[in-house]
Amino acid sequence: MRERLTAAAAADPLTTRRKLGGILHISETKVNVVSEAALWGSCQSWIPEACLYSNPFLLLSTAANLPTLTRDSHSSAQSPGLSSVGMDTESTHSGYSYHSSRSGRSNRHGDRSRERHKASSSKDSSRSERSVVINPPDTPSQDSPVHNGEPLPGEPTPAADHGDEAQDDNWGETTTAVTGTSELSVSQEEVVGLGKEIQDRTHNFRRYLPLAVGICVGLLVLATPLVFLLLPTVMWSDRLQACGAACEGLFLSISFKLLILLVAIWALFLRPGRACLPRVCVYRAFLITLTLLLTMSYWLFYGVRILDAQDEDYHGIVQFAVSLVDSQLFVHYLAVVLLELRHLHPCYSVCVIRSTDGETCHYNIGQLSIQRAALSILEYYYRDFPLHNPALLSASKHRAAKHLAGLKVYNVDAPGSTAAAQPSNGNQSRPMVTPAGKRKDNAHNELYYEEADYERRVRKRRARLVVAVEEAFTHVRRMKKEDENSTPSDIMDVREAALAIFPSMARALQKYLRTTRRQHCHSMESIQKHLAFCLVNNMSPKAFLEAYLAPGPTLQYGPERWMADQWTLVSEASVTSGIKEGTEFLLRCLDFSLAVTVKGIPYIRLTEEYIDPKSHKFLLLLQSETSV
Amino acid sequence: MSFIPGQPVTAVVERIEIQKLRQDGNLILGFSIGGGIDQDPGQNPFSEDKTDKGIYVTRTSPGGPAEAAGLKVGDKIMQVNGWDMTMVTHDQARKKLTKKNEDVVRLLVTRKSLEDAVKKSMNPCYPRP
Repeated sequence: MRERLTAAAAADPLTTRRKLGGILHISETKVNVVSEAALWGSCQSWIPEACLYSNPFLLLSTAANLPTLTRDSHSSAQSPGLSSVGMDTESTHSGYSYHSSRSGRSNRHGDRSRERHKASSSKDSSRSERSVVINPPDTPSQDSPVHNGEPLPGEPTPAADHGDEAQDDNWGETTTAVTGTSELSVSQEEVVGLGKEIQDRTHNFRRYLPLAVGICVGLLVLATPLVFLLLPTVMWSDRLQACGAACEGLFLSISFKLLILLVAIWALFLRPGRACLPRVCVYRAFLITLTLLLTMSYWLFYGVRILDAQDEDYHGIVQFAVSLVDSQLFVHYLAVVLLELRHLHPCYSVCVIRSTDGETCHYNIGQLSIQRAALSILEYYYRDFPLHNPALLSASKHRAAKHLAGLKVYNVDAPGSTAAAQPSNGNQSRPMVTPAGKRKDNAHNELYYEEADYERRVRKRRARLVVAVEEAFTHVRRMKKEDENSTPSDIMDVREAALAIFPSMARALQKYLRTTRRQHCHSMESIQKHLAFCLVNNMSPKAFLEAYLAPGPTLQYGPERWMADQWTLVSEASVTSGIKEGTEFLLRCLDFSLAVTVKGIPYIRLTEEYIDPKSHKFLLLLQSETSV
Repeated sequence: MSFIPGQPVTAVVERIEIQKLRQDGNLILGFSIGGGIDQDPGQNPFSEDKTDKGIYVTRTSPGGPAEAAGLKVGDKIMQVNGWDMTMVTHDQARKKLTKKNEDVVRLLVTRKSLEDAVKKSMNPCYPRP
């Protein structure tokens, strides 16, 4: 460990850069070699705990609103339910700081048996060869000298002895910033930090504005009929004509209708929204306007006809109030149809393509505005698309980079240039053919063999992993009745059992995940938790492994990967206009985007043909030839 | 050779007598039959009326007893040794032809050329001198 400390301490330039608030490019390899203790000890204070909601709260913004702040990963320090983890960490790395926030609570200093997560989302393939260790944050045996997971042999620097790490909080704080961005190497100035605060306040305001408006209008709507009924009795009760059973019936109906209206308003308008959209929903605004118009016109008539004239016919007044409640119920019915029923009927088919790896899905949605369509598409995205893994895209970028490096670029318009100028090509560069040509010939060869080799490696590791997991599962079984009298030291609860069999498969799992570049998605804690879950539910080893063999939907992983507040809607048409055949828009997240195209579901004409059931007759069609 | 259901069938027939040949322990006649009331008459290439479910000769092996006796491809077999062949299944026809204890089969066959020949001779087309 000492060499790690010295290596990290030697990265002093990082401290100065951190003070400027810059996110450093991930190619600073030293910074990944960080000691956990200092990291977690220092991060504890300022990394907010992620609040877990059942569904991610989606924060959608249009491109016009947020020109440069769309990649703000620290925008939601105050808004709950968002998965951002801290100032300079991108989501792909938040597994690191997620650990740190949780493990800050436990006494982690001086823990020996630790393994570290490898730096995630590495662009450089060289990074994948470095040694990393997984952190067990909450292990019960962390104070015992027993190693939880054995260090991986064959790694250049085995993680054996972490005992004497310096508790240098200052140093840890400065290096946490570099836990890493993905492909982005954006530097953040403090101005951005200021802008973030203002944006937070507006986010909160916009999130609770619909609720406030809904409450006000709801109260107005509910109070108006009651006021209509009460004012005559208060103001000129002596001259009112008492009305008998008919009025009582009307009072009953008013009260029940008001009760239903109350529940209905709450159900439709006052429930917490599941997303924050960039523009106001047109239909809601229309409905609120309509309601207010209705109520105002009733007030107008009431004021003129009843208050001014001091009408004595109480029965008429009660009927007036009942008619108001009826109209409000009908407006609410219209609201139900406009807001809820209209988009249940599918009439458009949308095609969603992820820009980085081409994952495509098709969905059927109903008539919605563009922003609402984007919202439901994002909800489908979280369910259906496998987790975005930037580590898998590095190979094609390398190829592209190598291809570009092989091209020589000429500026045709440069004075004195002797290259043959094509007048139509302006400033275009022309590649030089000879050296690049030879390299181009080998590119597909390289790709082919590289992919074949990768397949073989993955299959080998997978085979070893499957065998290791199956063997591990044979060591533990559920306790039966007759085992109750056996040695009590053998009886464990599910957590201990999971911890007991985990080490035998940890290494194979770690190697497999590293080969498929998904090791940053799974922390040791989550693996142990999953193992305990599988043991409790009597699952087979294959069932346990399925979670790691293929990438699952984004929601399956921790909230630090959701990036629910980073979505930006880029659209040429206004986002409150309805989607039509041929609408296209883009949903941009930090390092990838979803391209959405809309097509209409075709008009299907179905005709009928009647078949008499007795008309099903058959003939045997044999034609054989026999020689005699 | 069409028939009207319920009316007796009339046809001009030729008598053919075939001696069975012993070959490899089997008695063979040297031709193949097709058709039968359990078969699809529409696929019969030799019949004029495609609803005819009679037994037809589909093939004769060259140099075999059937060819020597004068049986031709496309003949419709009306009787075998006195047994009727116009309303039998394919398997019944095969059995009547391949009886092990019979050495010779006497067939009554009909073909279109026979009908034509009879019609021509009955038709007074040339004026008698």
